[in-house]
Amino acid sequence: MAEAPKIIYCRCAYAKVVPEGVKDGVMEGLCSSGRGFDAVADLCEMSASKDARLKALAKQDNVRIAACHPRAVKWLFHAAGTPLDDSRVEIVNMREDEPDVAVAKLLREDDGE
Amino acid sequence: MTENNRYPLRVILYEGKGTGSLEPGARAMLLSMLLDSGYATTVAGDGALIRDDDFDRLLVIGMFDKGAAPNLADADGKIEILTRDITNLNESEILDAVERARDGMPMNQPGSWKPWFPVIDYDRCTNCMQCLSFCLFDVYGVDNEDKIQVQNNDNCKTNCPACSRVCPEVAIMFPKYGSGPINGEPVNDSDLSREKMKVDISALLGGDIYSSLRNRSEGAKSRFSKERDSDKALGERKKCLTKLAAQGDIPPEVLASLPSPEEIAIKAEAATKKAKDVLEKLRHSD
Repeated sequence: MAEAPKIIYCRCAYAKVVPEGVKDGVMEGLCSSGRGFDAVADLCEMSASKDARLKALAKQDNVRIAACHPRAVKWLFHAAGTPLDDSRVEIVNMREDEPDVAVAKLLREDDGE
Repeated sequence: MTENNRYPLRVILYEGKGTGSLEPGARAMLLSMLLDSGYATTVAGDGALIRDDDFDRLLVIGMFDKGAAPNLADADGKIEILTRDITNLNESEILDAVERARDGMPMNQPGSWKPWFPVIDYDRCTNCMQCLSFCLFDVYGVDNEDKIQVQNNDNCKTNCPACSRVCPEVAIMFPKYGSGPINGEPVNDSDLSREKMKVDISALLGGDIYSSLRNRSEGAKSRFSKERDSDKALGERKKCLTKLAAQGDIPPEVLASLPSPEEIAIKAEAATKKAKDVLEKLRHSD
């Protein structure tokens, strides 16, 4: 059986531009799912501080990241010297999606694409 | 800001064999509280990263049987593993336990600092150096291949997105900005037109000097051939900043923190020279 996607949740804790209701809803959805996941306080802060953990996140296969606009997330990783491989990462936009939509994207079964 | 070459503590919520489980609502509340305090957290299970070695210390928390947290050790001896039983503790008490486990090791925490800095979209950037020329705070520089990059995040003025306004390709993002495309939303044609209308620095700085910069092979011959009057340049820059301020894009405190006119003139000249030197170098390497 294929390995489940790794899930990374960004709390956007430093400036709170992701709507509170969305990030709380996504957190609740993940916590109710029974799935394991990783959560970080703020990807922007990690990029600014060249956080070594970004490298560990970027090198994972089959990752789904719940954060903000994909263009921003992609280049935040790049700015930290740890570029994401687009083919292995899906970014779920909590600034655009409703919580249930975001959670469904994070937890959906792989469709083999 | 603390440079995080390593990170002091990763909190792992373990709810597997030998432990009880939190209610989903309580689990969400606990994790949110830890994250809002700056702690990286992991809910153990399928979907979590197996391991990484970038932490000095792991703290495994759980509702362990009989309230007895087990002793754990890293087989490789690289990471210190602590365990804490959280049975009958509320969220605040758990946070206190986490703080004690961190043992005063430094880490960045929300509240004291806003991660505000430009992020370059290299799919859009044309290396025109307009941002480098414009910024008075030495945020930008070039790498070993003379490619524009953000070199001094900490110099950036919080809540000021002026450089993104002057980028002709809308390639500069501030993810913490409130609206698109500066916040990272996709860029469309109307965004391009609108951004250019807001601040046409090319016009402000006299003619089409920056479009010439973008077309290096052709434009380099004449791009800096026109001598710029320093007083005029200063006036233009102030006009640009005032325009941005009037649009609500530059906070008053940023304007208030600008260097003196003399210093601005010196900085502007230095930034322009820096950009010119890079572009000349690139032109010769073409």
